[in-house]
Amino acid sequence: MSSPAATYDLGNLHGGLRLPAEKAQSTASAIQSVPIPNQLVLPIEQHVGEPAHPIVGIGEYVRKGQLLAEAYGSLSAPIHASSSGKVVAIEPWPVSRRLGRKAPCIVIECDGEDREAELPEETVPFNTYEPESLLQKILQGGIVGLGGAVFPTGQKLMQATTMPLEYLILNGVECEPYISCDDLLMREQAAELLGGVQILMYALALTDCFIVIESDKPEAISAIGEALAELNDARITLKQVPTIYPSGGEDQLVQLVTNREVPSGGLPTDVGCVVQNVGTAAAIYRWICEGEPLISRVTTVTGPGVSSPMNVTARIGTTVADIISFAGGYTAGADQLIIGGPMCGKSVTTDSVPVVKATNCILVLNKASPLSDEQPCIRCGECATVCPIQLLPQQLFWYACADNEEKLRSHGLTDCIECGCCDLVCPSHIPLTADFRNAKARIQELADEKARAERARLRFESRNERLETEKQVRESELALQKEEALKAGPAAIEEILKRQQKKQDQDPED
Amino acid sequence: MWTSIITAILIVAGIALAAGLLLGMASRKMPGDPNQIIDQVNDLLPQTQCAQCGYPGCRPYAQAIVSDDAAINLCPPGGDDTVQRLAALLGRDAVPLAEAATVASVALIEESQCIGCTHCRDACPVDAITGAHQFMHTVIATECTGCELCIAPCPVDCIGMVPVT
Amino acid sequence: MEFKRRDAPFITPTSDVASIMRHVLYALIPAALAYVWYFGSGFILNLIVASIFCIAGESLMLRLRGRPIESTLADYSALVTAALLAFAMPALTPWWVTATAALFATVVAKHLYGGLGYNLFNPAMAGYVVALVAFPMHMNLWTAPRMGDIDYHFVTIAETARFTLTGSLPDYLTFDAISRATPLDIVKAGLNNMQTFDELRAYPMMGDFGGRGWEWIGNFTAFGGAWLLLKKIIRWQIPFGVLMGLLIPASLMYVLVPGVNPSPGFHLFTGGTILCAFFIATDPVSAATSDKGRLIYGFGIGFLIYAIREWGSYADGVAFAVLVMNMAVPAIDYLTRPHIVGHPLKKRGDP
Repeated sequence: MSSPAATYDLGNLHGGLRLPAEKAQSTASAIQSVPIPNQLVLPIEQHVGEPAHPIVGIGEYVRKGQLLAEAYGSLSAPIHASSSGKVVAIEPWPVSRRLGRKAPCIVIECDGEDREAELPEETVPFNTYEPESLLQKILQGGIVGLGGAVFPTGQKLMQATTMPLEYLILNGVECEPYISCDDLLMREQAAELLGGVQILMYALALTDCFIVIESDKPEAISAIGEALAELNDARITLKQVPTIYPSGGEDQLVQLVTNREVPSGGLPTDVGCVVQNVGTAAAIYRWICEGEPLISRVTTVTGPGVSSPMNVTARIGTTVADIISFAGGYTAGADQLIIGGPMCGKSVTTDSVPVVKATNCILVLNKASPLSDEQPCIRCGECATVCPIQLLPQQLFWYACADNEEKLRSHGLTDCIECGCCDLVCPSHIPLTADFRNAKARIQELADEKARAERARLRFESRNERLETEKQVRESELALQKEEALKAGPAAIEEILKRQQKKQDQDPED
Repeated sequence: MWTSIITAILIVAGIALAAGLLLGMASRKMPGDPNQIIDQVNDLLPQTQCAQCGYPGCRPYAQAIVSDDAAINLCPPGGDDTVQRLAALLGRDAVPLAEAATVASVALIEESQCIGCTHCRDACPVDAITGAHQFMHTVIATECTGCELCIAPCPVDCIGMVPVT
Repeated sequence: MEFKRRDAPFITPTSDVASIMRHVLYALIPAALAYVWYFGSGFILNLIVASIFCIAGESLMLRLRGRPIESTLADYSALVTAALLAFAMPALTPWWVTATAALFATVVAKHLYGGLGYNLFNPAMAGYVVALVAFPMHMNLWTAPRMGDIDYHFVTIAETARFTLTGSLPDYLTFDAISRATPLDIVKAGLNNMQTFDELRAYPMMGDFGGRGWEWIGNFTAFGGAWLLLKKIIRWQIPFGVLMGLLIPASLMYVLVPGVNPSPGFHLFTGGTILCAFFIATDPVSAATSDKGRLIYGFGIGFLIYAIREWGSYADGVAFAVLVMNMAVPAIDYLTRPHIVGHPLKKRGDP
């Protein structure tokens, strides 16, 4: 029984960049556990879709794992308490999703005891559930995509089962520099990960699974390899990919592993693939097999602005400030706080934002050397060479400046994944990704305006038709009345006129 | 030498004249379909049907623009963007707006004051006000184009404009 | 702690326009040294005149357009245009001819189109063509290269300077004494006179394989070009396209109709072929942008150079070939748009 071979036989991925990894510092030590903070701040919107609706009141005592907010609507996820304590407020608080602006959060003052809530039902082996009810159960655990997209996993899997599926792909690629949380999770929690994979394969009725890891993570590869060898499940294969950013994007990964292109505007399920982050798989295992809902995650705290870069298991709701002080505090040059990586991350205005389900990395950078001014595009074509979607960023830039909605759409602006590769290679230092983000908002705005104008035009035209019809009906009725009156004779006409006069006297307003 | 230069000039001028005459005749014999152009112009207008341009609706204004009876800068809800797009489509100069561009807003009926007279409902060009006679009226905000035609007919002055954020 | 916000990505780009242009200038140094060795100091004087007028023209236009002068000049693109013009001009050229070319290149071909990044035509080639058509006599005055074994007058620095500044030679020199036909001129005239290529090859002016002097300049230019390729300043598609576009028809004709066609090697190393392939056609602004488009663009230039040399009345066709293909670039770009990942595969022309 040989260990599963790591293979290189792959599909084609165009472009991309080899970036300096900057992961050595944060991977030097094992995952540390951040102690229970004094206060937990839990935003009710930590996922794609409708925010969850709180079901607890202020002053209520809650236990760890207790349901705090219910999923609301067809696309939503519940929020659970990350530790025990008293709910002291449900109020706006700075959140990373709004880059530091406020959003509604449930604030818990922790008592430090970490008392666990009773589970609604006993944990049983996952295969006692029917696959459909297993997916429902996954929904209830608050599980969302931990790669950063935070799409509610239950709904994602339920949609997936409506399509013909071939492969389950586990995304352990983690191609962005600095981020290493998935790397360490694979090293230390390989068993949970594989447990989650088996649950997923059962729930989706799949027989082929690829766990994909970048070649710059040899320890993770051997850890997963060993765990696979122990598990002896022939359906799961380990695949290595070259270390190129952005091979970890969902669509890019599907292309790399299966050589199929996810259709524009479509999903990996359209080409028979389901992609899940390795952290999500581990979270599914912990919920289904151990009864722990999603209340903590592995997060990388790193960057030249942090004294001791490391990976931590942080409870959802711990503020970034607490995490950074756990990691030794800021260095003297700390200048930018970024949630996420240096390519796709979002810089936030304050460190009082809490860690949420999407927080895969807390990156503190020093002051960047000032960039020279933006110069005109010299049409060198480097941006097109590195674009993973094979777009023409120089043309998109041209049309974005001209606000040409039609050309932007036909050149594929909506397919841009905002990976940032084009920015990095542009000799004129044009902020292409930011320009495309703005252009996308702009063409959406123009499309909305057009749709509104079209609706108004249709309503106007149907109103005109209605008035025309009413007028015609009135005229034909009057003509009919006139005919009848003429037939009836002059006496009848006098009657009608008298009646009209009476009505007018009674109702002078009309 | 001079004869050859003059000959050359005459020949080229002759060709240019002939080409110009040909193009002129072609544009007379084969004019563009006016309906198509009117549709194109109408598509660029915001469809507020507010009559601020002086025409009873956007399509009449479009017709007037195409027949050269109206300037292209008479539409305040369209803003400068619309003037630019019309100028680009028709090959005319992009003049500044005759009146200032209006802020996008929707009508709001002060419900405590509404007397249910239906005057505003009948005035709305896109049927965005709903309500029966002697019952309270309300504006369907998602359909209101901000044309302000409902404000004047209200006998109790209970309609105001609220900017859309 | 509070922070200021910026937009992703947070990694600074490593390349920059000024450094690209500087690399191009460095890559031209070996070729420049060879040129000076073989053809004398005229090249240096031309370079100085071209640089002065390119920079002056650019500053004037930037002032008129209300753009920042210093930061724009700092992108070195004016100097690259000047250098390419200096290579294109004959060594012995009065200053007003070079100045005309430089001013037209910068003011008309570059800034009237909108400045760096917006010009449709390669500015250096546009300037060269204007000078060629406006001053045909001066632009065809090529001096002989340094030929130690033949007794003739190698123009001194003083004589060059005098001619460049005043346009007249000292009394003891005549044009006939110092000017010689270029190898391409010899081939064109010779083949028209029913001589075979092998006979022509015997002339000392024809050098070993590409024309005396020119072949070594070609070699050194190729070194510079190879360095640019290694440094990834330019990509291989355009040089490859140009060379193939020239070599394929040249080889075919040389094999099929021997005797009356120059060898492909001759075509390769004489005239401005290598300079065009690595430095002129690779001007990113006026070239096609997609990889496939660049191959087509390069091939078109190479083929046109061959066509003009073979059937046209000009001895060397580099400038016209480049300008004609510049005109075709928008069409090439439209027809070679790459397939966008996730879009259905459609007929050619659509993404």
